[in-house]
Amino acid sequence: MFAAAAAAILVAFALAITRAILGPTVFDRVLAGNSCGTLAIMLLAVMGFLTERPEFLDIGLTYGLLNLIGTLAVLKFFRHGDLAYDVDEEEAGP
Amino acid sequence: MNLIVEIASWALMLAGCFFTVVGALGLVRMPDVFTRMHAASVTDTLGVTCFVLGMMLQAGFSLVTVKLFFIFALFFFTGPVVTHALAQACLHERIAPLLAEDRRKRARDGRAGKEAKS
Amino acid sequence: MRYASLAFFLFVFWIALSGHYTPTLVTVGAVCAVLCVLAAIRMRTADEEGHPSQLFGGAVTYLPWLLGEIAKSAWAVTRVVLDPALPISPTMTVVRASQKTRVGVNVYANSITLTPGTITVGVEGNDLVVHALVREGALDLEDGGMDRRVSRFEGQA
Repeated sequence: MFAAAAAAILVAFALAITRAILGPTVFDRVLAGNSCGTLAIMLLAVMGFLTERPEFLDIGLTYGLLNLIGTLAVLKFFRHGDLAYDVDEEEAGP
Repeated sequence: MNLIVEIASWALMLAGCFFTVVGALGLVRMPDVFTRMHAASVTDTLGVTCFVLGMMLQAGFSLVTVKLFFIFALFFFTGPVVTHALAQACLHERIAPLLAEDRRKRARDGRAGKEAKS
Repeated sequence: MRYASLAFFLFVFWIALSGHYTPTLVTVGAVCAVLCVLAAIRMRTADEEGHPSQLFGGAVTYLPWLLGEIAKSAWAVTRVVLDPALPISPTMTVVRASQKTRVGVNVYANSITLTPGTITVGVEGNDLVVHALVREGALDLEDGGMDRRVSRFEGQA
């Protein structure tokens, strides 16, 4: 059963990567990347059950947090062109 | 009893597989960024929920169940944040959403009319 | 009171993740929880927005209801995706949030985003700008059923 679940997740992975390659804008690619992160966490959990090593769930949790921070950082970078962005700076102007 | 749990867990895992693949398929089929986000959120919510519930039934009552619940809560609370940030960034870059109907003005006017009457 | 509840939740989180119950590790966990609460107080995230303990009672009935809504709308989106004709009618609309506190508006906006088929793309005061995949989704939100449910959830505090 877990092998079937892993296969389904891999199919979804392939579709998400298709979108990442096709994606006309950078935001399509960010969205596809985020979906890949979600699928990777589910794959980690399923692999943990498949090999009967529940430690994989901890890796999945950490990966989820990294996925969130990574996506937000990429979005912030493309929005402001700068990770150390400060609201006051923009209002004050160059 | 054991058999019922086994069957329920099977059914939930299969539903999870189905919704995950459907979400990814929507990611490829939809025409623009905003509609793709809707498809991706099927994977993020129902796909993950079904998988986690199915695995919880397999694990029984132990620390593994608690960890699966944490994974579920993580998606539950961070999913909207990422989707909202992505939508905001798209609008900020002036990517116009593909619209069949824009009710923004009409919804505001309708409410103003209702408030004036009452 | 709020700080104590935050510390309690962090401590339970530590225990659940570690899975070891030796006195040393439990003590270290308790110290870590207290330090995290102190850091949160200093960062001003331990207020009624960062740790909304006043809403926990209402959440017991609200979250299952929200899960039901998610399942319903996810099934609707699934049917749209699997339809060969792809019958989408993307709609932008503005929805009024009738909640009184910022936490309430936040819960409503996140609930809209969490249900597949509708995304909150902007917040202007109490007006939420919403993008819906199909026209019916936008009309349902304008009806305000979910808004009333969130307001009731907020009122239970």
